[in-house]
Amino acid sequence: MITHNLNIEKPVLSIKELSVAYEKGGKHAVDNVNADIKRNAITAIMGPSGCGKSTLLRAFNRMHDLYSNIETKGKIFLNGKDIDNISTITLRRRVGMVFQRPNPFPTMSIYDNVIAGYKLNGIRLKKQQKDDIVEESLTDVVLWNEVKDSLFKKGTFLSGGQQQRLCIARALAFQPDVILLDEPTSALDPVATSKVEDLLVKLKQKYSIVLVTHNMSQAARISDNSMFMYLGDLVEYDRTKNMFTNPKDKRTEEYLTGKFG
Amino acid sequence: MLVIINNSGESNYRSKKNKLFLGLVILLSLLTISPVVLIIYKLIAKGIHQINLSFFTETAPDTLAAMTAINNGEIIPGGILNGITGTLFMVTLASFMAIPIGIMIGIFLYENTEKKYAAIIRDISDIMQGIPSIVLGLIAYLWIVKNVTNGFSALAGAVALTIMMLPLIIRSTEETLKMIPQSIKEAGFALGVPYHKVMLRVLIPSSLSGLLTGILLAISRVLGETAPLLLTALGSPIVNLNIDKPTSAVPLLIWDFYNDPNMVDLIWSSSLFLMGFVLTLNLISKRIAAKRT
Amino acid sequence: MVFSLVSGSIPVFNEYGFKFIFSSAWNPTEGREEYGALSFIAGTVITSIFALIICIPLAFATSLFIGEYFRGKWFAKGLGTMIDLLAGVPSIVYGLWGFYVLRPFIVDLGLSTQGYGIFTSGLILAIMIIPYATSISTEIISMVPNDLKEAAYSLGSTKLEVIFNVIVPTARSGIFASFILAFGRALGETMAITMLIGNTNAIPKGLFDTGNTMASVIANQFGEADGLKLSALIAIGLLLFVITALINAAGKFIIKKFA
Repeated sequence: MITHNLNIEKPVLSIKELSVAYEKGGKHAVDNVNADIKRNAITAIMGPSGCGKSTLLRAFNRMHDLYSNIETKGKIFLNGKDIDNISTITLRRRVGMVFQRPNPFPTMSIYDNVIAGYKLNGIRLKKQQKDDIVEESLTDVVLWNEVKDSLFKKGTFLSGGQQQRLCIARALAFQPDVILLDEPTSALDPVATSKVEDLLVKLKQKYSIVLVTHNMSQAARISDNSMFMYLGDLVEYDRTKNMFTNPKDKRTEEYLTGKFG
Repeated sequence: MLVIINNSGESNYRSKKNKLFLGLVILLSLLTISPVVLIIYKLIAKGIHQINLSFFTETAPDTLAAMTAINNGEIIPGGILNGITGTLFMVTLASFMAIPIGIMIGIFLYENTEKKYAAIIRDISDIMQGIPSIVLGLIAYLWIVKNVTNGFSALAGAVALTIMMLPLIIRSTEETLKMIPQSIKEAGFALGVPYHKVMLRVLIPSSLSGLLTGILLAISRVLGETAPLLLTALGSPIVNLNIDKPTSAVPLLIWDFYNDPNMVDLIWSSSLFLMGFVLTLNLISKRIAAKRT
Repeated sequence: MVFSLVSGSIPVFNEYGFKFIFSSAWNPTEGREEYGALSFIAGTVITSIFALIICIPLAFATSLFIGEYFRGKWFAKGLGTMIDLLAGVPSIVYGLWGFYVLRPFIVDLGLSTQGYGIFTSGLILAIMIIPYATSISTEIISMVPNDLKEAAYSLGSTKLEVIFNVIVPTARSGIFASFILAFGRALGETMAITMLIGNTNAIPKGLFDTGNTMASVIANQFGEADGLKLSALIAIGLLLFVITALINAAGKFIIKKFA
């Protein structure tokens, strides 16, 4: 029933029969999803609110483990390795995450926010290493020139868009394999949004990106592949170009033409 | 540049540390609540056999009667009637003063939230809440015992308790009123109802459970107070319902029993009774509060 | 209120001036009367600090249990109810329990021959102030935004690291204030201390020495006091009033400003 036109070789993430329920034995918020995620590409997950797209995304770095009432079934493989066999500590460094609202740590400076992953994990670095990571990560997110003179100020005084790019830099500092973004621009204005979009397109040279968005035109603008989810089902998964021009499923077509959502 | 981080030894070590800390938290939490279990156990084990009908209907025995009973291997005769009546008398008296005044000040603060003097009154009330009860007892002593009743009295005790209850009632009144939607009040005014009627007929009834929670909490807070009563009501071997005479109270009786080696057995039953009373009120008020939200 | 306390303390301040605060003499014998509050101030501060030191790890652990580790679970709520019960136990009952249970236990341990003193009363005091510190800390800890915690988890942190790198820095002023308020409570506790501290009018020399606090000396000596001695006790009450008012104001200020 799932319309699959994609044949992905050596996927970075491979999802097998994944189901997630918010209470034991309860209704599946994500129901039996199978998909492969392409390396060095942007994969968008779309769908109306409540369709399970964020729930799916949060399964990729086992965020659901934090809440004992959530039940996850099925398997996910990162570079062919079952993520259940990787400790969450290691997994989450390999799979970075950026959240809906910018959430830099308010008690840390910009500099410390970038290397927060190292600090929080208790990894000691030499001053030179830290400086290098901070400069490289901030340059990657096109924030270096804007903040290089105020690195030791608190991250919270930045604008929303700058804060979100700082959060992306924080996720990049570990040089992860995958970056998960959960509606990263929904709290931003159009100018800041387009800056983040440009950035993502640039970042896919180095990273594999999975992007949850409720904004269809955003998916159309920047993603290579798109998933459409509806009521927990992965309804359609195709190259973005194909899906927007020639949706195979009626529900996808209705969503894309604005009949619901 | 990439720092090597795929080190499973390190991540094992951190998971272990994490689990160890959780264990420590659980251990310390259990240690924290252990006294309450131990205290209740001790009170029940030692106090329950002394609780009978005469415990509630007779006044406290004198030392001699208690000593005789102990020597004959009987349970101590008499009860704590003078304490129970004294406690009820003074708490009622204090409630009659504290509830109306507290609610009025609470309404005043709610109506004048933005004003500077309201903020000052709120701060004073907050700080009063932290003043040790024995100091409040001293104040009631200076005001009432020295100047009004010219001797230790139920009134002085009640005044001390009133000062303790006021901040709690003021705070809970204001907080409860704040939670009522503005539109309910406006609906009243829109019908042309005068201010005092809106207050009495609309606002206070719709905040009743919140007010009740505050009042019950305030009462349960003062029921077990001993120190301020020691300086004001002093204690009395007989049932007294005159506001200008010394009066006993359950905690005062416990203090007396504690100081009299012959009365030791009565300590536990009186404490059990007092605890039961205080904790019941406390839990009822928490239950009402929980239902409301 | 302040006025009546002040006017009640005038005689003793007239007699001794500020020496009253800095002298540790306490002699009610008629004709050779001498009053100073220093021993009681010292007794109060030492017991309260000792109680606070015991209280901090216990209250912190308990508020993590209720506000973070097991938030919303039935046994966390149960633990919260137990803490409420702990707060509801009257001071005099704590005193009795301390006298009949804790004190003999301390004698059995061989820590002290009589079991009275700073150590015993400090322990009881710690139990009494834990509920205040715990309930405020729990509230502050559970207010730390979830998305900050998730951000830290998404970087591979363990819960322990999230607690000490995200929760504690974010909630630190509130937690600090909760301990200040608990300390304020400790300063004024009366009955339990009166029953356990040993009631000697001298500056305590160690943890197992006896002493007196400002509140316990008032409770103990008020019955037989008149004249200059009464005035001295009222003056101690005034000092206690001022100190606790300042500490409370400071605690409330920190909570309002930072939380």
